[in-house]
Amino acid sequence: MDDSTKDTGTGVSRREWLKTAGLAGAAAVVPGALQQSVPAGGVVREPLETLTQPEADALEAVAARLIPSDEHGPGAREARAAHYIDRALGGALASSREAYRDGLAAVDRYARSTKGERFADLSPADQDAVLTDMERNVATGFVPSASAFFALLRTHTIHGTFCDPYYGGNRNFVGWDLIGYPGLRLAVAEADQRLDAKPAPSHTSAYDDAMFAPKPPRAGLWLRLIRHAD
Amino acid sequence: MPTSQPSPADVVIIGLGAAGGVAALPLARAGLTVVGLEAGRRHSPADFAPDELRNNVRGWPHAVQKANREIPTHRPNASSPTLPRLAVHPMMNAVGGTSLHYWAQSWRLNPWDFKVVSETTRRYGASRVPRGSTIEDWPLDYAELEPYYDAVEYEIGVSGKAGNVNGTIDPRGNVFEGPRRREYPMPPLRRTGFTEMMADAARSLGWRPFPGPAAINSQPNQDRSACMYHGYCDRGGCHVSAKNSTAVTTIPRAEATGRLTVVTEATVTRIEVDARGRASGVRYLKDGRELFQPARVVLLASYVYENVRLLLLSTSPAFPRGLSNNRGQVGRHYFAHNLGGGATALFPRDLNTWYGLPAQGTAVDDWADDNFDHSGLDFIGGGNLFLYSDRRPIAAANMNTFGKAPQWGSRWKAFVSENADRWKNAYLQKTTLPYEDNYLDLDPVVKDPLGFPVCRITFDFKENERRVAAFVQEKAVQWLQAAGAIAIERGSVNPTGPTTHAYGGTRMGFDAETNVVDRWGFSHEVPNLGILGASVMGTSGSRNPTLTVQALAWRTADHLVKSWSQRADA
Ligand SMILES: Cc1cc2nc3c(=O)[nH]c(=O)nc-3n(C[C@H](O)[C@H](O)[C@H](O)COP(=O)(O)OP(=O)(O)OC[C@H]3O[C@@H](n4cnc5c(N)ncnc54)[C@H](O)[C@@H]3O)c2cc1C
Ligand code: SF4
Repeated sequence: MDDSTKDTGTGVSRREWLKTAGLAGAAAVVPGALQQSVPAGGVVREPLETLTQPEADALEAVAARLIPSDEHGPGAREARAAHYIDRALGGALASSREAYRDGLAAVDRYARSTKGERFADLSPADQDAVLTDMERNVATGFVPSASAFFALLRTHTIHGTFCDPYYGGNRNFVGWDLIGYPGLRLAVAEADQRLDAKPAPSHTSAYDDAMFAPKPPRAGLWLRLIRHAD
Repeated sequence: MPTSQPSPADVVIIGLGAAGGVAALPLARAGLTVVGLEAGRRHSPADFAPDELRNNVRGWPHAVQKANREIPTHRPNASSPTLPRLAVHPMMNAVGGTSLHYWAQSWRLNPWDFKVVSETTRRYGASRVPRGSTIEDWPLDYAELEPYYDAVEYEIGVSGKAGNVNGTIDPRGNVFEGPRRREYPMPPLRRTGFTEMMADAARSLGWRPFPGPAAINSQPNQDRSACMYHGYCDRGGCHVSAKNSTAVTTIPRAEATGRLTVVTEATVTRIEVDARGRASGVRYLKDGRELFQPARVVLLASYVYENVRLLLLSTSPAFPRGLSNNRGQVGRHYFAHNLGGGATALFPRDLNTWYGLPAQGTAVDDWADDNFDHSGLDFIGGGNLFLYSDRRPIAAANMNTFGKAPQWGSRWKAFVSENADRWKNAYLQKTTLPYEDNYLDLDPVVKDPLGFPVCRITFDFKENERRVAAFVQEKAVQWLQAAGAIAIERGSVNPTGPTTHAYGGTRMGFDAETNVVDRWGFSHEVPNLGILGASVMGTSGSRNPTLTVQALAWRTADHLVKSWSQRADA
């Protein structure tokens, strides 16, 4: 297991704590976090932590096709699944960093060679065609295989869409709302376990509860400020 | 050689999990000095956040990961190559062991499970005992273990409904169970819309459903809370200590006597013997130092694979093939519980099983053990059927799409959005037997980070297990259909690598030629070495092992107290 996740006891690495909470100067970090740009689609994009910009563009676009925003509501883009992956690749998923570097480059190469543009710039239909080729393992240029990288992307996009928002995905609980999960309740009433019960969405993170609130070395307050800034 | 030597103990216990954590209590209460050497750390409720990504997906990255560093290798038979190794093995290294984050289903075995050979012979003839199986009757019967089942149920706290109190049958409980001396200490866990829907379906088939027993408080108990049904019990520790792990029950009680000393982050590497071939204590690593803990009695309780591995690694002139292995029985009679061949169903309505826990379920025992006539059948044994209230969002989104939708994109999203709360998996636990060519030994190639070989599993399911699986799966399908399922997918017999329900390897029996420990759990070859855990069990029954493991651990400890002057080394 990855040692960098040890010290906060929460799956967030010490490095992430320091970076987010800003031991280098909390004041400098907070305004940055609050000034996130809001693009036309209304989705907030956070500063990258691990991926390069071209990698992040490809990943964003892939996630948005795997779990699209459509008439059934928001998808992986609004959930910020790609942000979850970007952050996790610097911590708990560090061992997959290499696979993403090679795999995302291969996605763009394959997109260019078959459709003429990098993946992020293709039409949704062409993007789906590329992903289908990957899923069926007929896309070329992937090591060890296109289908293995597709499976990795799918797994992590699902994690980023349906995990506790604490990890940077499932923003505004869009993933939990999508599947009708009524959310965390530390105590569940008998009525909430009846067949026809429809408990109202609780919209809380496990780490909102004082009992589980991570206690980082200093700067904890700043971190909570940042997390609740949205 | 060890650089330091703590003061001698009466008893040293290797591993304070479900088994070792129970045994410590009767020993400490009897006034013996006990040292518990535990590879993991202590956890507190603040460590038990309801976090699916961390607990279920990433496997407790903040815990000591000893079990993951020594995952056994596996091959189906001696002439096949070793298969790719699993990445994770979810046993917990901590004070309380795997009882911290297990499901806490707390079953007694059926009386038949103790006497499979003689009962099969009596009812159907000796030819019905599967060929190649090394099965023996247990050296004790259900009645002899009953007082220890009772003691553990009351000591740790088990919720349930009795079906047979001293021979009086109560159809609200399991009518097939062996007689118990009294009711459970607590009523069953809450019944839910879904568990009652499944109970009604079972009754419509003429079956006798009942609430499964759980080592979880259904009401406030012994100064601890009742269960909160919050949905993060599977592989999650309990934030209100309602799950009766040994970390919150027997271990603190044993410590309160002043007789149990718990040493955490202590990894035992070897059991030592003296010139007479008696156990003299154990070597362990702590804080980068090697220490030796002398003791008059050694109890090995480190889970099946590590129990076998530590014995095989503890070679000496008296035991050149490993401790207690002069007859070559260590690692023999190993088997992995037959849990595969499940059934997953899609229903036309929401089931509202977002909350609850795997132990909050409806059980059916009509097709378990020898509860039905096998005369016209081609196998012995059967399975327990169980459906329960439990669901978390990542697992829900990863649902089977029953061939009705692709695996991604808008159509996938629409399907999952509609059906995430409409599917269920039947949990089927089935009779599994030991066979001549299924066993554990040390891997000749793969080593753990300390440089010791890991366990190697040579195991495959045999014809009897496959037939039981097919039969029980059919019953589960009937049950799900009776409950209104509109689509059902049948799972295949599961792969047979390292499992959380492992049995055998240090089997208990009268005959020293075919068993490692005697009827009390002490080595036939080393009288002051006791072994705790399912490694002593010779049959699995159709249900989870832990309550039986704990009843046996209590019995072994009780025997040790009563026979101290004969057992203990001078
Ligand atoms: C997710 C899950 C759900 C389960 N659900 C159920 C259930 O509902 N009902 C049921 O009956 N069973 C269940 N089980 C199985 C149950 O957990 C085991 O049967 C039980 O914990 C076995 O007890 P044990 O004491 O042998 O092993 P453990 O409880 O694992 O304890 C072994 C201890 O030994 C320690 N140890 C290991 N090696 C060393 C060493 N070299 N030196 C020092 N210490 C060492 C370990 O750190 C650990 O604490 C489940 C298991 C899992 C993983
Ligand atoms: S479901 Fe109940 S016993 Fe299990 S962890 Fe939650 S509160 Fe504890």
